[in-house]
Amino acid sequence: MSPTGEGEENTVARAEPMRLTLQVNGTVHDVIAEPSDTLLDVLHDRLGLGEVRYGCGEGVCGTCTVLLDGEPVSACLMLALQAEGRELTTLSGLVALGGEPGAEMHPLQECFLEEGALQCGFCTPGLVLAAYSLVERVGGEPSEEEIRYELVGNLCRCTGYTKVVQAVRRYAGSKAGPK
Amino acid sequence: MTLTPDVVAPEHLPVEAMDVVGRRLVHHDFVEKVKGSLAYAADWQLPGMLFGRVVRAQVPSARLVSIDVEAARGVPGVAAVLTAADVPHNSIVEVASGGLGEAEVPMPVLAGERVRYVGEPIAVIAATSLQAADEAAELVTVDYEDLPGVYDVDAALESGAPLVHESGNVLVNWRIACGDVAAGFGEAEEIVEAEYRSQRVEHAYLEPEAGVAYIDNGVLTLRVATQVIEHAGTIARILNLPMNRVRVIATYMGGGFGGKEDMTVEPYIALLAWYTRRPVKMVWDRQESLVASTKRHPFVMRYRTGVKRDGTITAWEADIVGDAGAYPCLSPRVLFAAAACACGPYRVPNAAITAKAVFTNQVPTSAFRGFGAMQVTLAYEGQMDLVAERLGLSAAEVRERNFVAKGDLLPTGELLETAVHVSDTLRVALAEAGEPPRPSSPGLLTGRGVACNRQPYGRTRWFRDRASAWMTLEADGTLLIRSGITDLGGGQAASLCQIAAEVLGVPLEAISVHIGDSALNPPAGGTYATRQLYMSGNAALKAATELKDQLAPVAAEMLDIAVGDVSFRNGRVGLDEPSAPFLTVPELVAACSARGVSTTVLSTFEAPSASFDPRSGQGSTFPDYTYGTHVADVEIDRETGEVRVLRYVACHDVGRAINPLRVEGQVQGGVMQGLGYALTEEIVIEDGVPQSMLFADYLVPTALDFPDVEVCLIESGEGKGPLGARGIGEPAIGPVAAAIAAAVHQAVGLHPLRTPMTPERVLALIDQADGGRATAGAGPTSTTKKEQEKT
Repeated sequence: MSPTGEGEENTVARAEPMRLTLQVNGTVHDVIAEPSDTLLDVLHDRLGLGEVRYGCGEGVCGTCTVLLDGEPVSACLMLALQAEGRELTTLSGLVALGGEPGAEMHPLQECFLEEGALQCGFCTPGLVLAAYSLVERVGGEPSEEEIRYELVGNLCRCTGYTKVVQAVRRYAGSKAGPK
Repeated sequence: MTLTPDVVAPEHLPVEAMDVVGRRLVHHDFVEKVKGSLAYAADWQLPGMLFGRVVRAQVPSARLVSIDVEAARGVPGVAAVLTAADVPHNSIVEVASGGLGEAEVPMPVLAGERVRYVGEPIAVIAATSLQAADEAAELVTVDYEDLPGVYDVDAALESGAPLVHESGNVLVNWRIACGDVAAGFGEAEEIVEAEYRSQRVEHAYLEPEAGVAYIDNGVLTLRVATQVIEHAGTIARILNLPMNRVRVIATYMGGGFGGKEDMTVEPYIALLAWYTRRPVKMVWDRQESLVASTKRHPFVMRYRTGVKRDGTITAWEADIVGDAGAYPCLSPRVLFAAAACACGPYRVPNAAITAKAVFTNQVPTSAFRGFGAMQVTLAYEGQMDLVAERLGLSAAEVRERNFVAKGDLLPTGELLETAVHVSDTLRVALAEAGEPPRPSSPGLLTGRGVACNRQPYGRTRWFRDRASAWMTLEADGTLLIRSGITDLGGGQAASLCQIAAEVLGVPLEAISVHIGDSALNPPAGGTYATRQLYMSGNAALKAATELKDQLAPVAAEMLDIAVGDVSFRNGRVGLDEPSAPFLTVPELVAACSARGVSTTVLSTFEAPSASFDPRSGQGSTFPDYTYGTHVADVEIDRETGEVRVLRYVACHDVGRAINPLRVEGQVQGGVMQGLGYALTEEIVIEDGVPQSMLFADYLVPTALDFPDVEVCLIESGEGKGPLGARGIGEPAIGPVAAAIAAAVHQAVGLHPLRTPMTPERVLALIDQADGGRATAGAGPTSTTKKEQEKT
């Protein structure tokens, strides 16, 4: 028998797809999604936001971190429909939240570059967003302990975190201005 | 840190400065990564793309009575369900050592008759959605007839043990020997003996295994996260296709660490795309990756070391057994590296080393950063610590008395051809660490551990390794580099740019590098064995130098200066004087074009080759080694056994740091991965059944677990890589577990013999030490020959 199955163009019987309105990086998107689609599925596959990445699907690794009304969340643990009416920020939207006009990247990203706080780069978007939200929340210079505690949900297998912590400190220090 | 003459002898101070090499530069890949715009393997979609899924065995050892896929094929959206019968050539024979002595054991692409581990692929599915593929996978019915299995190497080596493969449970048995071991032990005044055991661990790169296969102009093309595009040949063999009809494009990887050195998704997406004639994407779930991707070999290491009272080694025995899991993969090579590095950075006049790879009914183990040379560090450094304790010497003293030096012979009979600054790394690391720790409260124990290593870079010499690089200066003066190198995140491509920029004086921003394409790039070999800086770095240096030599006569003629006086710096070609007339690179390219002089060069670097005789255990092995010392300070809670790392210093002689920023990153990342291995990580399999099923259960170090890693680099300028560089990717992870074990030893009074050093194990060690202090004789598991003779 042929290994090729039949009726391949049909889709699996399931709940009706629905229309969602998502506000991502300051833009409103209308998307058709399955009720079971995670926020990660919709951001990565439908909206083409490659920086929101599948890493574990358990909310453990943090590679799918996005900001939901400014707070870091794992997009793999949320349904897309739960994000309706909320404000979403992914890494590519960060520059609009504090970069110089026309800048390619946010000052925090520049600090990651200057400190060499990355290697493979897969975890970088999540780390940057988590660190950004911490500095915003603290409103000043977080301690090393606070930084390390905040980043606990963003695993990095390449850098050993030393340069990541340095990058965040550098950013927070520059933001707080000269003492 | 900057090295000063009071810690390091002046001749070991940093090599002379260069324009681009040696600078802390940010490259193209960093910019894309920090912006989040780099496209990894899973970030790729094509029209009509299907989603692939592997159906995996649920039992560790069984005969496959039948597989029923009818219901799966009926799921709407399913385009194909393939089993063993659909694989044109269902056999991969990996002869990892190049045929020096391992059994040739085939691995099926899809198991058809026999299942040998939980997670073994038995069917593959492609469907229009992942949900449909998952639903179909649930409907595949497999009828197993359970067979007895073996689940650890001790059981596998017993006579009458169930056989994983008909050829027997031993895949390979290496032997390296020199001198007269019996005489060496006769000469010894103390003998220290111990058995060390290490665990199975997971690479846990953040990017799961992923790829997309499609047919492009009749060529089966795979865009996949792989360290090795040369798998194109194996994929062609599986599908009975001509080798030039399969193309593999390696994406920039989200980490590899050896786990993307064997094929992962490749054979499955290749089969599915070939059958359906549609693009097929496959991304392994993290949980699937934990169960079914290759792991690091657990080792059992039985060591016996004879020394004189002054600490000088007289004899050394090591019997190493590695758990290969169910199929060969790269185990023969891993165990060879273990054997070749079993004595560490020490001079051993009489040695007998054996290293076996043994099959069990568990997920295959294969390449993982350190590749056998890493596991043995726990044992050889453990031996040095036990010797130091027995003789009342410091850790540093006993090591200093035995370090190898340039010109020494290793137990294989080969000569160490380059500088050995392991002693400097020891002194620098200890100086940097400063005062040893003191307990901050009575319930705490503290200790400092020191561990040194000798780890290779480059493939063993009998492989006749080679790598090519192709460089073209464009009309606008920009440089195009093409190389088959793959980049697993360590900056493999970027280092080629930095070397080319140095030689040709072209700004880094004007260099573009195209990598990892088996069809369009010159072959560079895979990114493994810490070989790419050595191999492709040398190829890039050669190509850039040859390109310069090709262009220099044109510049000399135009500027009316001697060819030997033409310098290429900062985009200027001419005399190396600020006021002298010069050509810009576009002007030079235009002049070359007018004269019919090519501005493109394809160069190949060939590593020196030599042979090894597996019967005598003598011959040539690795091209060179990287040496280092790590110092760890720990604090241990007496009540819980929890080990807290207070301080960590790592020092390596990297020959020359092409980009210190990235070298430091490699060392820091290697240390962190080593700390997970030392203290928290383990893939648990019980009677063949995986117990580590969730990422939440697998304890990869977080930002909160360990302190900063302080890195000291020594630049001896004597590596065999470009401009005197040595490889650092793998050596950085080597000493970590040994350094922690030594620190625990100092804190507790007994040497840990197993990794990971979990709180339970450390607590047991504390109890044992307390008991040992109360009742004489109940000492460590390690015993000395003399002690045994007395009782």
